[in-house]
Amino acid sequence: MNLFMEELNTAVSSEQAVLADAPDMLRCSGCGRDMVADVVLAGDAACPYCGSLFRQPAYRRIEAIVDSGSFIEIEREAEGRDPLSFPGYKTKIEKERMKSKMQEGVVIGKATIKGLRTALAVMDSYFMMGSMGTVVGEKIVILAEFALTNRLPLVIFCASGGARMQEGILSLMQMSRTTIALARHSAAGLLHVNVLTHPTTGGVTASFAMQGDITLAEPGALIGFAGPRVIEQTVRDKLPEGFQTAEYLYEHGLIDRIVERRDLRETLAALLALHNGDGSLRTYGKGVFDGGVS
Amino acid sequence: MASLKKTGSNPAAAAPLEPAWERVMNARKEDRPQARDYMEKLFRGVFEVQGDQCMGNDEAIVTAIAWFETFPVTVIGQQKGHTLEERMRCNFGMPSPEGYRKSMRALKQAEKFQRPVICLVDTPGAFCGVEAEAKGQGRVIAEHLRAMATVKTPCISIIIGEGGSGGALALSLADRLIMLENSYFSVISPEGAASILFKDSSMASEAAKNLKLTASDLKSFHIVDAVIREQSGFSRTQMDESTDEIRKAIRVSLKQLTRLSPDRLVENRQQKFLNMRGF
Repeated sequence: MNLFMEELNTAVSSEQAVLADAPDMLRCSGCGRDMVADVVLAGDAACPYCGSLFRQPAYRRIEAIVDSGSFIEIEREAEGRDPLSFPGYKTKIEKERMKSKMQEGVVIGKATIKGLRTALAVMDSYFMMGSMGTVVGEKIVILAEFALTNRLPLVIFCASGGARMQEGILSLMQMSRTTIALARHSAAGLLHVNVLTHPTTGGVTASFAMQGDITLAEPGALIGFAGPRVIEQTVRDKLPEGFQTAEYLYEHGLIDRIVERRDLRETLAALLALHNGDGSLRTYGKGVFDGGVS
Repeated sequence: MASLKKTGSNPAAAAPLEPAWERVMNARKEDRPQARDYMEKLFRGVFEVQGDQCMGNDEAIVTAIAWFETFPVTVIGQQKGHTLEERMRCNFGMPSPEGYRKSMRALKQAEKFQRPVICLVDTPGAFCGVEAEAKGQGRVIAEHLRAMATVKTPCISIIIGEGGSGGALALSLADRLIMLENSYFSVISPEGAASILFKDSSMASEAAKNLKLTASDLKSFHIVDAVIREQSGFSRTQMDESTDEIRKAIRVSLKQLTRLSPDRLVENRQQKFLNMRGF
């Protein structure tokens, strides 16, 4: 079994290629046109020619989803060690930090969406393909505990190549740790919504990405447990058309809804309003219908 | 699957085997005792519970009710199979969603009847196939993890051979985690890591060392509670001494765990993992 980002090169509609001789350019796999990466990714990260979705960096995503100025980040500086002294890992981490301008693969905090308070985690596939090591796991745990203490719902944007190989068994343990923290949040009657974005695979799929009350996905996103190449090697055959896309999962009854990127803010606000940011019958009659979508 | 290839087991090789790789090779030996072998030795009156009552009966996971000494227990084991015929029936120990659903059914019953759960972990990994994905392999492992995180009855997991990634982890979120000396527990197979790291799966021995996947590595990370020594010549036909050690470990753990109220037990289990920060 292979849970890693190197397995994710199979193109789906929202895949993109950075041009080797021009790293500041992106090539859209939808229409084959080249464009300036910074400009496209600073906006809605969709191809201006054909509309194909690129992977959206975490801070751009937050800007697009939450009420302007409402996001307060927590644990911004959290920074991992190299617990296994894994060959080449320290250098790789440094490079990824420089390249992505991110400390790690997930950003967490609290915000409001159309006035409704929520705890929010956004994974960033530009940092080691959003792979989950000890820091990513710990930040999800911290956020779930924060949401529990403050009785907040939880929205998680998932994007991950899976558990991070370079932190070995400690990465795998993050699947257990996030599961527990989210089970405690859930037991308090609080809402957890997942948005699965391209790509969501491996250990993240097999833990918190599939533990929400509601599961949304972006069109064309690759979502699966094993990477397509591993499966191809196992079955020694071509994979079915559209295999492991959001649409495929929807048809198989594994996710609730596919939502266009531009509609995510509305959809999340509607879900938060339905659960009143609390989701408990105890608040019935105490203004449960206040704070709905305006 | 990588584990079925005998990569690196060249008897003519002059250099001694890398110790971590030797553990992996031992964990995969064909005559190594498997879940059903232990079930025969450790328990009496075994009644197998079959099927997920929805899609099928996955023989990569065996679930049963049985007596452990004076306790009725629930047993959940991953079975790889000894003969080729059995291995094919068990899909080489790679469980499908049906298997994990059967296992969750067993967990639910164990809670209802306040039976402790004994998991025997031995898999190269959860099955990576088209069908498994279509039936939600990722979701079912996620649900199994949550079931083990919240089940109000004692859970003891013993890694008896291969602890292959998420497929093994699903059965390892327990109050006590015990490993046999020649088992391993890893985020990825050494062959898989080698092909990513060195673009060469024959470097699996080097990768095994870097992954820190042996029982003693995991003991040093405080992820496992105990490591059980294996007797010399340990195999299906020569397993009584080691089985006695396993029996003792289960007995001691049950004595400690059955003293706790169900709520205390779950709280302790959850705190144990939440405290496992790794940095």
